[in-house]
Amino acid sequence: MADDTPAQGATANPWQQLRNLTPARIALGRAGTSMPTGAQLDFQFAHAQARDAVHLPFDHAALAAGLAHQHRQSLLLHSAAQDRDTYLQRPDLGRRLSQASAELLDQHRENNPDGYDLAIVVADGLSALAVHRNALPMLERIQEHASAEGWSLSPVALVTQGRVAVADEVAERLGARMVVILIGERPGLSSPDSLGLYFTYAPKVGLTDAYRNCISNVRLEGLSYAMASHRLLYLMREACRRQLSGVNLKDEAEMPVLAGDASPRNFLLS
Amino acid sequence: MSSFHHTVGGETYRFNSLAEVMAKASPARSGDFLAGVAASNAGERVAAKMALADIPLSHFLNEALIPYEADEVTRLIIDTHDAHAFAPVSHLTVGGFRDWLLSEHADEAALRALAPGLTPEMVAAVSKIMRVQDLILVAQKINVVTRFRNTVGLRGRMSTRLQPNHPTDEPAGIAASILDGLLYGNGDAMIGINPATDSISSICEMLKMLDGIIQRYEIPTQACVLTHVTTSIEAINRGVPLDLVFQSIAGTEAANASFGVSLKVLQEGYDAGLSLKRGTLGNNLMYFETGQGSALSAGAHHGIDQQTCETRAYAVARHFKPFLVNTVVGFIGPEYLYNGKQIIRAGLEDHFCGKLLGLPMGCDICYTNHAEADQDDMDVLLTLLGVAGINFIMGIPGSDDVMLNYQTTSFHDALYARQSLGLKPAPEFEDWLQRMGILSQADGRPRLGKNLPPAFRQALAQLS
Repeated sequence: MADDTPAQGATANPWQQLRNLTPARIALGRAGTSMPTGAQLDFQFAHAQARDAVHLPFDHAALAAGLAHQHRQSLLLHSAAQDRDTYLQRPDLGRRLSQASAELLDQHRENNPDGYDLAIVVADGLSALAVHRNALPMLERIQEHASAEGWSLSPVALVTQGRVAVADEVAERLGARMVVILIGERPGLSSPDSLGLYFTYAPKVGLTDAYRNCISNVRLEGLSYAMASHRLLYLMREACRRQLSGVNLKDEAEMPVLAGDASPRNFLLS
Repeated sequence: MSSFHHTVGGETYRFNSLAEVMAKASPARSGDFLAGVAASNAGERVAAKMALADIPLSHFLNEALIPYEADEVTRLIIDTHDAHAFAPVSHLTVGGFRDWLLSEHADEAALRALAPGLTPEMVAAVSKIMRVQDLILVAQKINVVTRFRNTVGLRGRMSTRLQPNHPTDEPAGIAASILDGLLYGNGDAMIGINPATDSISSICEMLKMLDGIIQRYEIPTQACVLTHVTTSIEAINRGVPLDLVFQSIAGTEAANASFGVSLKVLQEGYDAGLSLKRGTLGNNLMYFETGQGSALSAGAHHGIDQQTCETRAYAVARHFKPFLVNTVVGFIGPEYLYNGKQIIRAGLEDHFCGKLLGLPMGCDICYTNHAEADQDDMDVLLTLLGVAGINFIMGIPGSDDVMLNYQTTSFHDALYARQSLGLKPAPEFEDWLQRMGILSQADGRPRLGKNLPPAFRQALAQLS
């Protein structure tokens, strides 16, 4: 807390060691009583990354090519929200398919009248970056698990300008017993590429979040692909056994909480 | 149900209900478009403002936007209306009311006496025909002072809620953010944690920790863990020290039901808080959060515009004499408030409406990364609310909430507002900051101390 020196405008805080205890932006120092230049620009870059992630167009062609490499078919679909501006202001449109996409799925169903055990959907959501970085490796694991269970899998439906609930319509039109959607989550300042997984048993248009199970924060610095697919498989098996998904399933799938013994001591009270 | 019409520019605009006039008179915002209640063009919007300006205030006592029988918030509004307090403005139209509010007749004493005579709908209506400068000028006339362990809302003062959130509720991580905030002179409105988990045992541990810190360092402030009111009641039943009782509320019975609360449940929470008698200077102990769009988001808006729904939430709040009310203005996302302009206007409306109804208003001046807004927009809203006399804002490390993933005002931002507008913390907290050598503001300009306070130096020494 030393006073400002004339030579250097910014003053550092003498509590730097606290930074090890939290990801929060503490001990930033000050210029007068304001944010120092370095901290201010770091923040702006983090915000810029999050903004760019929100507006990055979904490169579904690259994803489809990657899937073809894994010998997987894909279906290119679009929600009823025509562009990003509409998508951001009209969540209701992002939850439904465009008419052309709906017809495409109905056509697919005619050719595949038996339906599927599991429909797989990928949507840009609020971060196409999350999908670009994490969707392929995540899909590979999901497919391995599902095949081992003997479940039939739909082609991967790639939905541009999609929200979580669009998966219900995709699955209903495909005649699927279960659906999982991989979707870009709302970017945080330090997590522009976080992928979310939402799972529904007996999906149909109009279901609320109460019928879904969510696995959040899948990314390199967050929940690993292995852990996420392990939890998803657990949910899917339980859902098949109990024939439901959502809040009633959630509590039992909860991972045990870590014991508090490993936590660092609270220095303000010890 | 009444219908209204207004002829202007050779065209007659017709509105089929009071709710329709109010919705169409609202400044444009995405949430009203999403709900399908907004004006279809700019001309219709101004015509609706003109029609609204001609409606007598007394009309709002005769036509409920949501029927009395169908909604307990409506019943609360009607049953607690004070006709005697209303008398000085009972002859006015909405337009005449705006003129009166701006006049010299509407001084602080007159506005304080009037508050119980106003309904949320009257206040929302007049706000719709006011510009930003009107919203500031009238709000500035009103001080709403509340007390628990210190005094918040005095003229020339602005407090901060120190919000030390951590992604996994790690006590040491929370403590690190608390110390950072205290050393930047923040935390007089409260130290208030949004918990990552809702488990009762972990909530209780956090409450004990906050109480321990406040006692150990003799900080004249109050603590809050923002959990459901029923969880707070359970914590109180378990004998855990709890200062402020938190709950998110909205402006319709159905929206409150979606939060799992009712007036009865809120009363139980209020009574449980009072039973502890922990306030040393006063008994204001409820902490409410609100925000435009919450009713629509719950599918419980009854065709009413989001700003009017929000103002109805203030009727719920004022029934429980809260310590603080916080409109979390930009958190809900761009489908309700699309950009900086909409967020700024909404924050000023909420502050004005709350103050006029007699509430201790604060604002979480914030935005998410999918809204068209940035730090410059927040600086504008912070400055305007500082001029308007806001009771409190949030203070978090570097504007980045690492648990809730949104951006709000930083510890530094609060010091900016204090410096540029000459605002001080709550008096008891100001004395503590000075005594600890953290911050002095003798000549108006905040000055941070040169050395770490000995008590905190000791605490830090344990880490090395």
